[in-house]
Amino acid sequence: MPTTAPSPKRSAAFEQGGASFADATASDGALRRFLHGLPGVDAVGLEARAASLGTRSIKTTAKAYAIDLAISMIDLTTLEGADTPGKVRALAAKAVNPDPTDRTSPRTAAVCVYPDMAATAAAALAGSGVKVASVATAFPAGRAALDVKLADVRDAVAAGADEIDMVIDRGAFLSGRYLKVYEEILAVKAECGRARLKVIFETGELSTYDNIRRASWLGMLAGADFIKTSTGKVAVNATPANTLLMLEAVRDFREQTGVQIGVKPAGGIRTSKDAIKFLVLVNETAGEDWLDNHWFRFGASSLLNDLLMQRQKLSTGRYSGPDYVTVD
Amino acid sequence: MASAFDYAPAPESRSVVDIAPSYGLFIDGEFTEAADGKVFKTVSPSSEEVLSEVARAGAEDVDRAVKAARRAFEKWSALPGSERAKYLFRIARIIQERSRELAVLETLDNGKPIRETRDADLPLVAAHFFYYAGWADKLDHAGYGANPRPLGVAGQIIPWNFPLLMLAWKIAPALATGNTVVLKPAETTPLSALFFADICRQAGLPRGVVNILTGYGDAGSALVEHPDVNKVAFTGSTAVGKAIARQIAGTDKKATLELGGKGANIVFDDAPVDQAVEGIVTGIFFNQGQVCCAGSRLLVQESVQDELLHSLKRRLSTLRLGDPLDKNTDIGAINSEEQLSRITALVESGEAEGAERWSAPCELPSAGYWFAPTLFTNVTQAHTVARDEIFGPVLSVLSFRTPDEAVAKANNTQYGLSAGIWTEKGSRILAVAGKLRAGVVWANTFNKFDPTSPFGGYKESGFGREGGRHGLEAYLDV
Amino acid sequence: MSDGRLSVFKTYKLYVGGKFPRSESGRVYEVTDSKGAWLGHAPQSSRKDARDAVVAARKAFGGWSGATAYNRGQILYRVAEMLEGRREQFVREVADAEGLSKSKAAAVVDAAIDRWVWYAGWTDKIGQIVGGANPVAGPFLNLSTPEPTGVVTVLAPQESSFLGLVSVIAPVIATGNTAVVIASADAPLPALSLGEVLATSDLPGGVVNILSGRTAELAVPLASHQDVNAIDLTGAGGDAELAKELETAAADNLKRVLRPSASRRPAKGEQGEKGADRPQPVDKADWSADPGTHRLTAFLETKTVWHPTGALGASGSSY
Repeated sequence: MPTTAPSPKRSAAFEQGGASFADATASDGALRRFLHGLPGVDAVGLEARAASLGTRSIKTTAKAYAIDLAISMIDLTTLEGADTPGKVRALAAKAVNPDPTDRTSPRTAAVCVYPDMAATAAAALAGSGVKVASVATAFPAGRAALDVKLADVRDAVAAGADEIDMVIDRGAFLSGRYLKVYEEILAVKAECGRARLKVIFETGELSTYDNIRRASWLGMLAGADFIKTSTGKVAVNATPANTLLMLEAVRDFREQTGVQIGVKPAGGIRTSKDAIKFLVLVNETAGEDWLDNHWFRFGASSLLNDLLMQRQKLSTGRYSGPDYVTVD
Repeated sequence: MASAFDYAPAPESRSVVDIAPSYGLFIDGEFTEAADGKVFKTVSPSSEEVLSEVARAGAEDVDRAVKAARRAFEKWSALPGSERAKYLFRIARIIQERSRELAVLETLDNGKPIRETRDADLPLVAAHFFYYAGWADKLDHAGYGANPRPLGVAGQIIPWNFPLLMLAWKIAPALATGNTVVLKPAETTPLSALFFADICRQAGLPRGVVNILTGYGDAGSALVEHPDVNKVAFTGSTAVGKAIARQIAGTDKKATLELGGKGANIVFDDAPVDQAVEGIVTGIFFNQGQVCCAGSRLLVQESVQDELLHSLKRRLSTLRLGDPLDKNTDIGAINSEEQLSRITALVESGEAEGAERWSAPCELPSAGYWFAPTLFTNVTQAHTVARDEIFGPVLSVLSFRTPDEAVAKANNTQYGLSAGIWTEKGSRILAVAGKLRAGVVWANTFNKFDPTSPFGGYKESGFGREGGRHGLEAYLDV
Repeated sequence: MSDGRLSVFKTYKLYVGGKFPRSESGRVYEVTDSKGAWLGHAPQSSRKDARDAVVAARKAFGGWSGATAYNRGQILYRVAEMLEGRREQFVREVADAEGLSKSKAAAVVDAAIDRWVWYAGWTDKIGQIVGGANPVAGPFLNLSTPEPTGVVTVLAPQESSFLGLVSVIAPVIATGNTAVVIASADAPLPALSLGEVLATSDLPGGVVNILSGRTAELAVPLASHQDVNAIDLTGAGGDAELAKELETAAADNLKRVLRPSASRRPAKGEQGEKGADRPQPVDKADWSADPGTHRLTAFLETKTVWHPTGALGASGSSY
């Protein structure tokens, strides 16, 4: 199909948001000055705000709404060395029909797999509306040459991936080579064609909140459609605080450029209670425009069953158990 | 605010607290009617529902209570510190055990959100008793010389904004040091002090060590006046504080006064802006702004003023005002009709003097006393809203150009209780803090309290410190 | 014992890393009361048990030292609460271990419970007593705060099997250190039972590790262990030669050493008797006396932070 791939030197954000940040990416020095000029983040205050929003009590109708919304936002994920077509097909079936006892359950947003499983996922999901997301760019470490990473992306897109989850070069970021990170995102974005691009920062490796804010802006300037916390493969993955910080970033970016960008916390969100806390963060930080699976996702696997059990509890009044949801 | 994600009501259960239809005064370990039989009603400010009827203490009751405290003093002060400690530890633990009940009670009587009573007031109350319990047997190490002696009978008068917490700030250090007390809670919030009296009985505290007199200003005045009171501790308005200072002139009574404030919250252009916005909100809208140390004046550097105000208004629009017992409520009711009229009058004066008013878009309930979160821009040092303590959810925004101008404006008040500084530059924090004439300075945070940390004012915000090792001095003969 | 019912004996075990292992060596030794009657078996710990205990203590150090002082105080107070509930058990064990009458043993146990309360109150106060702002001559904030030194090996007193034991453990952990404790060799049972109390008092596993066995066999490897930061030699007080050997070994990584004589330091206000500071049998120590603060400060480091304050502006204040 004909695509108008953005020129590798300018991202879509500039096209839509005006040239206000064009200077910021003109050189490594300019990019550093821009990113280091962003307001600082006070860690104690940030975490206190996230914790405070975590005390919201979401009951009855609000809970039912939140559970269905959360299910619809899941990128149901399997990223194991032991993945097989059978495993992926089972997961796809689960994504399309999460609760066999209750057809009113929403479908998940996507199934997220490695590139070599993208074709299998695409075939299994065809016509369902559930997207195929594929990690790429030498996920999860990202330690490969650029052309290898781009080939990885190309493969995934060719196999039918609707969404690409790339990892940034954390080594380059931590050593201050921001332009390298930026240009790599641009190149991947160009390779994505129509596929939406999620940029994974691996916040657990970036370590500081200031770094996470800088990475968020870097990713958004480079044309990310989503900014994503983590691979799920390191010790610290999505947390309420780092997700809150990224929600502030997309909120501010849209105010300044008019471009809306999605957020995807991934890894470590396992319970309905946790998921609802994240939705409260979305609601009270970025706002209701983000309460949609086009703009917010959960990278998760075991979360789905917990949401389904809570959903059953709301409809039957009885607590459910793991024998009443499917193992996939 | 209509949103796709509309939080359903999540009310905390009222059934955890059992409020009796009437209460007496707590004197010498017994609940008793006022000598003249007078009573008054206490209402829930969020609904105007009458919660209970309590005895109204008069001068005769004050005398009875002081005599009971004096009788108890000899034995109480002679107890080994380690034994006094164990009583206070017991009280701390019972408060922890009953904290949900007390939180609901406080929310009902005061009007503040359950989120605050549950997550701030009650944990701090228990912590305060726990902290001072530990001092009771360590007074020799407190830096006041060997074997410091208590003063005797302490007359304590507390306000309605943090009823149980102010009680803790008063009673815990007094008992730890070996004093006995007569405490008068505010007339609009008498209930939690009476529940505390019950906790004293559960803890087996000897009779007369703690006496609670519910009543009005006349009872407070009689308590201050009583010749057998050795120590006066007051938290409340500066006007009453001055009256007390005059009353005790020429006596041997020792006093601590914790009075009003007009705290400056100073935001520099290199502040962590999202956290600064939260700090401003906490600073002035915590407890509906009915906080003596509230950051009621926002001093913002001109270069970031527009950006900051934009963020602040956006944030204020997400505040949830309503039923204080709802766990999602951020802004509760104003404590009384009287206080609401005072706030309203001051806000009207702000508008009349030409300041620009903005109020958060929120619906106010039809019953009870409510005021929407409000801020004034175009405020100068000359405006009433920049000078008078409003004691409500009203923020006055002023601007500055340089750090020394910020300090000059911050100090340009008769008060000196609190201040805030927002900047990522450490040396600026310390330089500015060094110049501020305020008893508590928060940097990149606001309205933080801890039993180990001394609190109190400069200038007309009062004198003496509560909390920490310093808080012992007010109750020791040193 | 009573009414002809056959009682159930308890197997006494070590307390390491929050768990109750037997000695890896498989050894036990007989424990008797003061009249020589058999009370039970105690694990005879090996140097490998000691090594495991240090690993557990080090692992627990980050969390415990990072906990708020308030939280530590609550937990120490919880220990007192839990002990109060098991008071009768300890009265019996202390009476057996030390040959005391029931009433004397009860007084000892009560004092031990109160000692936990005393130190519970210190956790959030010691910093205010020994730390503070220093008025340096320059535009700087200069703040000194105490911090725990790390993993502390504690040789518990040999005679006072419970009050003495509590008196040496509580101050070490009150300030955020973690401890490897060598119980009284001949009277280890109250110490091993204390482990059961600590395990149910919200105290994180590994903060206190209790070993029973031959004091010298355990103390020697611990004194030379490079991942131990300090050693309290109280339990070597009756053996001056051992104490000296341990202190010498401790010098290898400059462990902080609390000498046995520290237990005879007169409490504040007490008349210092002649020669009180000279090493002498520690078991003459009066554990019921005011403990003062020296056992708290013995295992603290002082950290001093400098930070510029500067001026408000380049040209000074114009207001």
